[in-house]
Amino acid sequence: MRPTSVNYLKVLVPVKRCVDYAVKIRVNAAQTGVDTNVKHSMNPFDEIAVEEAVRLRERMPKSVESITVASIGPPKSGEIIRTALAMGADDGIHVEIDENAPQPEPLGVAKTLAELIKKKKNGDVDLVIMGKQAIDGDNGMTGQMLAGLLGWGQATFASKVEVLEGEKEVKVTREVDGGLEEIKVKLPAIITTDLRLNEPRYASLPNIMKAKKKKIERVTPESLGVDLKPILETIKVTEPPKRVGGGKVESVDELVEKLKAAGVV
Amino acid sequence: MTYRRLRGTATGLNHVIIPEQKSKKSHINHPSVSHHPNQFETTRDLMLRLTVNSLRSNVGKQVLGRNTQQATLVAIVQTNGNSRFRPFSTTPPTCSQLNSLHTFTEEEEMLRDSVKRFAVDVVGPRVREMDENEEMDPQVIKGLFEQGLMGIETSAEHGGAESSFTSAIIAIEELAKVDPSVSVMCDVHNTLVNTIFRKYATKAQQDKWLPLLAADKLGSFCLSEPASGSDAFALQTRAERKGDYWVLNGSKMWITNSKEAEIFLVFANVDPSKGYKGITCFIVTKDMGIQIAKKEQKLGIRASSTCTLNFDDVKVPHENIIGGDKLVGQGYKIAIEILNEGRIGIAGQMLGLAQGAFDKAVPYTYQRKQFGKPVGEFQGMAFQIASVAVEIEAARLLTYNAARRKEEGREFTKEAAMAKYYASLVAQKASGSAIEWAGGVGFTRETGIEKFWRDSKIGAIYEGTSNIQLNTIAKFIQKQYS
Repeated sequence: MRPTSVNYLKVLVPVKRCVDYAVKIRVNAAQTGVDTNVKHSMNPFDEIAVEEAVRLRERMPKSVESITVASIGPPKSGEIIRTALAMGADDGIHVEIDENAPQPEPLGVAKTLAELIKKKKNGDVDLVIMGKQAIDGDNGMTGQMLAGLLGWGQATFASKVEVLEGEKEVKVTREVDGGLEEIKVKLPAIITTDLRLNEPRYASLPNIMKAKKKKIERVTPESLGVDLKPILETIKVTEPPKRVGGGKVESVDELVEKLKAAGVV
Repeated sequence: MTYRRLRGTATGLNHVIIPEQKSKKSHINHPSVSHHPNQFETTRDLMLRLTVNSLRSNVGKQVLGRNTQQATLVAIVQTNGNSRFRPFSTTPPTCSQLNSLHTFTEEEEMLRDSVKRFAVDVVGPRVREMDENEEMDPQVIKGLFEQGLMGIETSAEHGGAESSFTSAIIAIEELAKVDPSVSVMCDVHNTLVNTIFRKYATKAQQDKWLPLLAADKLGSFCLSEPASGSDAFALQTRAERKGDYWVLNGSKMWITNSKEAEIFLVFANVDPSKGYKGITCFIVTKDMGIQIAKKEQKLGIRASSTCTLNFDDVKVPHENIIGGDKLVGQGYKIAIEILNEGRIGIAGQMLGLAQGAFDKAVPYTYQRKQFGKPVGEFQGMAFQIASVAVEIEAARLLTYNAARRKEEGREFTKEAAMAKYYASLVAQKASGSAIEWAGGVGFTRETGIEKFWRDSKIGAIYEGTSNIQLNTIAKFIQKQYS
């Protein structure tokens, strides 16, 4: 991949369909996972990614050529792509997998995205903006793996993104444990979004109607030459132990006594 | 010959393609096949009859399965207008145009999600304050316009979303789940004001006013007066012609949106000697001199402004008569027809209100424990909750069925009246029950459950009182049965 100038950026935003954040999740009967017969929606971090791409275009209209949204999932993932189109993306790619197939793992997703990027017909992708993690898996690996597979730079946990007009770099502020870190990354690059990057817009009704006319390309993992078979086997999923009540102590001595009795000191 | 084949047949059976024949003698054009689905002979008999007929006639490119007699028949569609057909397959009909009232288009589902989030995130935090202050927050109005919710059915050419009527009802319902005051503002603007422009205004008027109404100007519908509510055509506001303009005198009362609106549709009589056949609809803007008098202090929907408007020699240009010269004196028709549609909007509002109250109170009953278990698990409570849920579902079906009938171009006056009447009833019951289920907490203003009960009372009163609705329904029944 050659580094490109900032003019005419082609942005790719991968999105994932997850259990809605407001749903009260329950472990399924077989203890192999979570009950997925509930409301699903776009991963909130991915919404932030779509919003950031759209805002980038609003800030610098001449610099962004296209925003493509991609999703790997069962047929229902199409709804998520539609929502992203209603937020302002231009077109979508749906890598369709079977309804009952196991959920792809981060490495599988990263490989699929890498193939999509390599095979993209309308020219090279310059910038990938994606969520830092999905709220169902919470792995937080896909962006980093994708950067590794492509050999691109990465700026993860972004809380501020600045594309430098005319240069071939992006300035990103990252949220790290110690505080905020500002880095410069050469394009093409991967950016993963953190919570405070922006607040996603609601898809307004006129945009929902416009999204009807936007194209979604459908492909399969096989056509990309990727095998999404899981390499990890989930043995058991259980709920965390229920919280038991605590007790109040009157003095420090009593506290020390109780801690000794519990075998902690 | 044209062929129409429908997808979706029971697995394991072969299907027969029957050509569509336009000749009147054709057996396949038998009325029982496509026009009156409710009068079918048994499926098996019909299958056999049609299969045998198709074998006899010259069918050319027909595909015959091995077991023709057992072949699942695909129904024939006649392409002339409103004929309906019935799929005989036992698998869920993917081809059928007959769906449950729980089926919506993808855009309608997306709109529901979007409005739901907007309502919860933007309107939700402001509900209590708006109610206590009896004031609509301008941010909410701005947000509604920005989301494209104030031009739902308006064409894209005029800056609207060009969506279905059902989309409007969905938006109204979702808003009402959070705040019925915001919902009624959106409802009046869309189903009354916008629709009058779309259906009755001249092209010039549509080009001028619809974009304004879709962008940022709130509309208001002014029919009722101090002396005329249900008896709407006894209105007394007078319009006198003075050359190329009219002078309006009188007052209007109980006008929703009046404080924030800029575009008013005012019904005035140009010739009282003709009785109601002098009523005409005028486009009046605030700057023409409308005086906004007393703002009512109400029991419910307090954030929605309800004011008395005084017209004192208000000059309105002749070109502001909706529909131009040919609709002078036809205002009564506009009012009747438009309130028909508005009725479904109110039904949607009341439905959302009932659902909102239900959704607030019921989860609480599964958390609040008394006598060692959640109160919602006691059978008495569970039965009450189930009973109200049935009523809300019934109101939902009445509302969306009326909306779909209107979209289909079918007569919907009776169904709209039934929907509005019943939804307002259910809203009262559901919100009242919600307060009781939540106990003392339901009675305090803090949780917002009691607000739904106060808001619901107007449902039986505005846009046609419940007695008027029953009157309408009774007239249809009388016509049908006598």
